[in-house]
Amino acid sequence: MTDFLLLAFVFLVAGVIAVPIASRLGLGSVLGYLIAGIVISPLLATLGVDVISIQHFAEFGVVMMLFLVGLELEPKMLWNMRAKLLGLGGLQVGGTTVLVMGVAMMLGQPWTISLAIGLVLALSSTAIVLQTLNEKGLMRSNGGQSSFSVLLFQDIAVIPMLAFVPLLAMPELMDLATDTGHGAGAHGAEAHGGSHASDHGTGDHGASLSLVDGLPGWQAALITIGAIGAVILGGVYLTRPLFRFIAMAGLRELFVAAALMFVIGIALLMTLVGLSPALGTFLAGVVLANSEYRHELESDIDPFRGLLLGLFFITVGAAIDFELLLGNLASILGMTFGLIALKSLVLLALAWVFQLQGADKWLFGLGLAQAGEFGFVLLSFTVANDVIPQNLADQLLLIVALSMLLTPGLFILYEKVIAPRFVKTQERDADEIVEVGEVIIAGHGRFGGIVNRMLRATGYATTVVDYNASHLDMLRSFGFKVFFGDATRPDLIHAAGIEKAKLLIVAIDGKEQINALVHYVRENYPHVPVIARAVDRQHVYDLFAMGCVEIIRETFDSSVRTGRSALERLGMHPFDAELAARKFAEDDRHILKEMALVHDPKIPTSQNTAYIEKSKTLMKEREEQIFGKRDVFDLSTDRGWHPPSEEDLDAILADHEAKAP
Amino acid sequence: MAKIIVYYAHPGQTFSRANRAMARRASDIEGITFVDLYAEYPRHDIDVRKEQVRLLEHDVIVFQFPLYWYSTPSLLKEWQDLVLQHGFAYGHGGDKLAGKALLLAITAGGSDEAYTQEGYQQHTMRTFLTPLEQTAGLCQMRFLPPYVLFGALKADEATELKHHIDGYVELLTRIRDGKFELKDATADELTSASDILSLSKD
Repeated sequence: MTDFLLLAFVFLVAGVIAVPIASRLGLGSVLGYLIAGIVISPLLATLGVDVISIQHFAEFGVVMMLFLVGLELEPKMLWNMRAKLLGLGGLQVGGTTVLVMGVAMMLGQPWTISLAIGLVLALSSTAIVLQTLNEKGLMRSNGGQSSFSVLLFQDIAVIPMLAFVPLLAMPELMDLATDTGHGAGAHGAEAHGGSHASDHGTGDHGASLSLVDGLPGWQAALITIGAIGAVILGGVYLTRPLFRFIAMAGLRELFVAAALMFVIGIALLMTLVGLSPALGTFLAGVVLANSEYRHELESDIDPFRGLLLGLFFITVGAAIDFELLLGNLASILGMTFGLIALKSLVLLALAWVFQLQGADKWLFGLGLAQAGEFGFVLLSFTVANDVIPQNLADQLLLIVALSMLLTPGLFILYEKVIAPRFVKTQERDADEIVEVGEVIIAGHGRFGGIVNRMLRATGYATTVVDYNASHLDMLRSFGFKVFFGDATRPDLIHAAGIEKAKLLIVAIDGKEQINALVHYVRENYPHVPVIARAVDRQHVYDLFAMGCVEIIRETFDSSVRTGRSALERLGMHPFDAELAARKFAEDDRHILKEMALVHDPKIPTSQNTAYIEKSKTLMKEREEQIFGKRDVFDLSTDRGWHPPSEEDLDAILADHEAKAP
Repeated sequence: MAKIIVYYAHPGQTFSRANRAMARRASDIEGITFVDLYAEYPRHDIDVRKEQVRLLEHDVIVFQFPLYWYSTPSLLKEWQDLVLQHGFAYGHGGDKLAGKALLLAITAGGSDEAYTQEGYQQHTMRTFLTPLEQTAGLCQMRFLPPYVLFGALKADEATELKHHIDGYVELLTRIRDGKFELKDATADELTSASDILSLSKD
């Protein structure tokens, strides 16, 4: 227990210190984690920590990340990407493999080892690239989308690679491997299957359980297809009632548990049938992209993804074997830079073929130039299958890690040097991909529902967030776009897109909740205008003090209308009743504003002398009106038409007579 | 130098070509007050006191509107009904607007031939504007020659409309700078874009 706490504490301290510093220096969080890893690596060595096994555990962050990416990607969008996915992805993997293999053969490696090296190094780092693209807001650019296509293809390609690698096994390595098996450390053991029961990492086929082992090919294929079908059908038909059932309990942590259960379950199922868990959860994400629980799932899973990926990056940094590196500094650095250059060349050639323009071309070319975490997995697998000898694998491992370490540098190069040169093209591109800013309506009850209907009827796109599952079901049946969740939670309102929203309408119940949401949004997104629902007069003052300008009292307008109806029923002319209602409402708003100006939420009303004075003055004025000491409406500012007074009439007539000839 | 306030009244701005473009350009002119009446009072509840104060602060009052049934759009009529109060604008003690000038900037669907005794409207434009002319009269304001665009619905955007809008901007700018003589319109006198734009050549 103490060991675990100590370890967790070391990792957390490293991340918490290094990442903010790196972010402030504009290096991005990934480099921050990597540096943190390098810094704590001697400490970890002293504690005898098996960094690689932690790394395999942390790879689950990649699985979660792909789930989240899937959530953002509707099936239609995925289908539209198919040409890029297969074309760009296929050519990148194929081209890089062949070139790396050629270089390796020139360096004197046999073709089997060369091919394995080619496969290992052709893969890029999904974790680093997606994290960085998201962080820098480049995900939706053309270059970002192309990069994502390639990464997704690689993720799929790992599966046939893992099937193919054992065929390259060299008989002469077999004996050697059994001797030095322990030298391979965790990789060997893990790939042989067994030591890491908790490991559902990407492309990890070493789980001790399998549904397809030892089955004839056609049965295995059937089970595999069945598993994918289960993910898709389950995602479409089962998640809604399941999440609804859980939501009924009204416990936040239960939903987080359910979301985790869902992702882990799919990853497990995929591992059992020998598929990539990342691919499976990605698919589940795509299936759920249209679900009303999307934003809730997103905000529940995201913290876990962030922590696990952070841990993963730290372990990459920590796993760098400096002794080996310093021993072969020139050759390893040379090969690392050579690899980056070679991968860049392939990518740039592809960018040219697929007509990526300007800055996008370079984003694509530099962003994917590293080797990735899939490389680690494949490498340990090749060692376990006696394809690559251990000492070579150790060097390759170093190259992979170093190329990942250098990636943030490439992104900085892109951002600081290359992108500014293409500012013009970027701007034009940006116009094309700008998403329509949406109106977020928090709360879809009696209040928000009407607002939503009105906005949609006039052609505005709305995102509705509500915490009432049965309510949402009803709305969905009418074809509304609604999401499940508690709008007062910062992460959820963020997932709903508050940053880019044109307007936020706060229509939830309850003073405290409304205050919490308005306060958070005013503090963090002052650029988003807010229209807030106020429960009562006092609440208006609170909201006003928070800097909210548009405040609507929830029952005021209907009360005024009721008063107007009463006046009509009592025999007042409808237009006079209308004028009375308008005058009343305006007068009331005037009082409210005057009082809001002197209201101070920090002082209790009973001690706020300015407030008390003001209310006394205003009360006196109103009393005079009410008890008929003055006319209710001031003539000169009245909204209605009034004839001149008798006096005036006499004056006019006299005037006319005087002028008459 | 004159202080100008433009009251722009158009209830269907989404469908407007001439008036919307005129309004956009006029509102950009520095040093003049521009009021989109339908935007300021979407619920027709005109703030009488505020309007009266505004009138006092300006020398030239411009009504910009499309001619609707030979009159102003209803909100501008409501504005006149309420703001031009007895004791303020006319009658006993009502001389607050005396000496100011009223300029109408009007667009009309019919052609200039239509607005003649022989045309299908059977009367001249100035005949239809008599109520506004006399309103100015009763308020002791000068009534400037109205700036009119005929055939507004069919006017070509690149040539005729542009010409009219340029003339409008020139007219307002000249009034602002005191380079336009503010005198009462003679019988049947109107101003066109060509009249204004030819001034600059002098």
